[in-house]
Amino acid sequence: MDWTGSSPDERRQMLAAIGVDSVEALLAAIPRCVEGLPGIPDGLDEASLLRHVSDLAQRNRPAGPGKCFIGAGAYEHAAPAVVEALISRGEFSTTYTPYQPEVSQGTLIAGFEFQTLIARLTGLDVANSSMYDGASAAAEAALLAIRYTGRTAVVVSGAMHPEWLCVLRTYLSGVGAEIRIAASEYGRTPLGQVEACLDGNVACFLIQQPNFLGQLEDLRAAAEAAHAAGSLFVAACNPLALGILASPGECGADIAVGDVQPLGIPLSFGGPYAGYMAVREPLVRQMPGRLVGMARDAQGRRGFTLTLQTREQHIRRERATSNICTNQALVALAATIYLCALGKHGLREVARHNVVRAHRAAERLQEIPGVRLAFDGPYFNEFVLRLPRKARDVCRHVRERSGIWPGLDLGRFWPDMADCLMVCVTETKTREDVEALRAALEDALQ
Amino acid sequence: MTDIPLIFEISQPGRRGWQLPALDVEDAPLEEMLPAGQVRAEPAELPEVTELDVVRHFTRISALNMCIDTTFYPLGSCTMKYNPRVTEKCARLPAFDLHPYAPTECSQGTLELLHGLQQMLCELCGMHAFTLHPAAGAQGEFAGILVARAWHEARGERRSKVVIPDSAHGTNPASARLGGYQVVTVRSDGRGRTSPSALREVMDGDVALFMLTNPNTLGLFEDGILEIAEIVHDVGALLYLDGANLNALAGIVRPGDLGFDIVHVNTHKTLSTPHGGGGPGAGPVGVTERLADFLPGWVVEKGVDNGFRLRRPERSVGQLRSFFGSTGVLIRAYAYLRALGGRGLRENSLTAILNANYLRSRLRETFAPHVDEPCMHECVLSAKSQKKRGARALDIAKRLLDYGFHPPTVYFPLIVEEALMIEPTETESKTTLDAFVDALLAIDREIDECPDVVRGAPHSTPVGRLDEVSAARRPVLTMPVNGAME
Repeated sequence: MDWTGSSPDERRQMLAAIGVDSVEALLAAIPRCVEGLPGIPDGLDEASLLRHVSDLAQRNRPAGPGKCFIGAGAYEHAAPAVVEALISRGEFSTTYTPYQPEVSQGTLIAGFEFQTLIARLTGLDVANSSMYDGASAAAEAALLAIRYTGRTAVVVSGAMHPEWLCVLRTYLSGVGAEIRIAASEYGRTPLGQVEACLDGNVACFLIQQPNFLGQLEDLRAAAEAAHAAGSLFVAACNPLALGILASPGECGADIAVGDVQPLGIPLSFGGPYAGYMAVREPLVRQMPGRLVGMARDAQGRRGFTLTLQTREQHIRRERATSNICTNQALVALAATIYLCALGKHGLREVARHNVVRAHRAAERLQEIPGVRLAFDGPYFNEFVLRLPRKARDVCRHVRERSGIWPGLDLGRFWPDMADCLMVCVTETKTREDVEALRAALEDALQ
Repeated sequence: MTDIPLIFEISQPGRRGWQLPALDVEDAPLEEMLPAGQVRAEPAELPEVTELDVVRHFTRISALNMCIDTTFYPLGSCTMKYNPRVTEKCARLPAFDLHPYAPTECSQGTLELLHGLQQMLCELCGMHAFTLHPAAGAQGEFAGILVARAWHEARGERRSKVVIPDSAHGTNPASARLGGYQVVTVRSDGRGRTSPSALREVMDGDVALFMLTNPNTLGLFEDGILEIAEIVHDVGALLYLDGANLNALAGIVRPGDLGFDIVHVNTHKTLSTPHGGGGPGAGPVGVTERLADFLPGWVVEKGVDNGFRLRRPERSVGQLRSFFGSTGVLIRAYAYLRALGGRGLRENSLTAILNANYLRSRLRETFAPHVDEPCMHECVLSAKSQKKRGARALDIAKRLLDYGFHPPTVYFPLIVEEALMIEPTETESKTTLDAFVDALLAIDREIDECPDVVRGAPHSTPVGRLDEVSAARRPVLTMPVNGAME
């Protein structure tokens, strides 16, 4: 394909205006030019390209509707059709960071609405207009806490997503901060462990809600423990679960972060998703990322603009609060539209259905001989089953026999949990779907 | 005059915009499943609107944006080229919508595509290996810096400095700092370039990395590059390419052949994945062979059985975000590269350079170029003479909005007084470029004829210039639940 803009004749006119015979004449200063790129196949017309990429897609074997019970940080939820229709508008997708607010009110209004929605869901004062994803948002929250408190260690729940822990280690390695991990017991983060890790050098305590194993943590007690040591409390919350769970703000969190993927964002083999970050007001000037604020023009009209930009890299350079520049605006827009379409009662209903369907499913699956819940605490839409065999073998068997992906084999992360299967049941799974899973698991365990 | 309403301001109690499937399992009160302390007392104050309310609101506000689909958008350093619709169609094929922990044997198509993308990026950049993991260019920079640090440490060295030219993007110093480095700035010379002699003065055995944008943010090729690479390598440091301006080099010269050790690619620039109002992007990072073991995330490799799988590099610096990467964006980048082929990429770069030089040749007598010589894919002009006559670069930018054009980047690079940084890209026609030039020349005349019109611009947009100082002094960042915005 060729998407260049001018005709051969126009190109000749332009060359004449510049006063050269060819563009190559302008490139004399470039050493070691190449003649071509043999490692990149010849270009394709539109039909051949679609055929080729469709052939690749055909080589995937997706589980299909009602058959994927894997969660573990990326969740299958149904999104209203309007979400994709609206984010596909070129007015949203082919514009950039709103440096010129007068002609970017669409992006800015949507950003302000996202900030407001996240602030209301988290019960905190201020949210920014998106982060790369939940894991990097958690890492940036730790960096924020380190800047704000002047302390150099962070305490993290061992029940946090292992990939998020890995991201936290990577992000904090640069500034040399110490990470103390409060090991989980029975699927949750015991406060005794946390208190043993906390001292006057700890900038913040981070916990995930629900945690990686699907269990609900006691945020209020965690907040009290963190504050007793003079540390900030960071809660990494699934925003869909916040439709029904007590908000981090009301539980005492100073910072809430998370991934908006559960708000109907496609799984898309890991991304693009988007992160969010919300804080109490005193922390706002230490926040990373873009912030949209209200402003007035000379005629008194209300408008929106990027604000508090002196925190940012394009002005503050090495003293910026973060290196973040382009982030996830279009994904944040999708989450905004999802939350608006579901609305105040719709979000609560979806969250409630997740709780009910997951609990009914857990009951049914425990009826299989030898299968029991690994942890006895409360959960949202995900739970861990202990199986009488290795979860890895069971997953393979179930998949080959029924096409169902029954959950995540936790042996992937912890060898001592190789008999643990983590199952996620969202509003997308019907009674029949769960019955089919039960039958397939029973068959695999015979 | 009424303000454009926010979605919260059109909310009416009881409206619904979505219907859930009925519960087909036994319902139960929440108290039986969740402890009382865990349950939210009141639902969060989200709007209550119908589906039509949602569609109309977001369609209406979308019309308040200027975008590539409607308008020439020559935002310098951002490569606002046309985003082909066929790549969108590719990315939306339902079979690509896999869980990130999908079994390897069920994700072979996606893995093969990602493997192909790695290979093509290696060829494009002259690199040995690529990671597709980083979420955006700035995260790619951070990745590259961590790779450099890990490589030095593996050799038993702890270096403390990163050298960056004064014309660099702000992300470079911010990323270096995040990587724990002290930033040393090297000044550009009178030709707008990093001179080898100035570089030599700041390079020593404590420098880990020199980060260079080439062509630099003045749109000029760093013609001392071979000598620069030698100076950097002589002190045992590494050479990093900020690939923001790769749209000038693709198919013409490969960074690896010039001596670069690490390069990041902004897919939303050179590879035309949509900018999305500020993301999602993706920031693949390529390295030479000696650095390949340190890459973050995963590399996709082809096994002896011809199957594809993910592998964590042996001494990886870790992970920068959860899961493999922004696969949806990477599929678009793959499709774009396959549509163009090597020759198409070269043709793009040549055309981008042609367009920038055409603009430059038509504007250079009115708006002084910072350095008066042919440019690469973008040209940086100065409005300093216009400023003396009463209109600043900002005024000119705002007046361009009235003429129906998105302005260029202004006041960047920081080393150019009253900078206008214009990047036309290859997808624009001569007709469009001429209309843009005519608008700029007309504005220049207006500065003498009707200066207040220029200084008060824009006049035709949904809102006028906003009072950003007051907005930052008393920030209003969310709408209060009681609805009062002041």
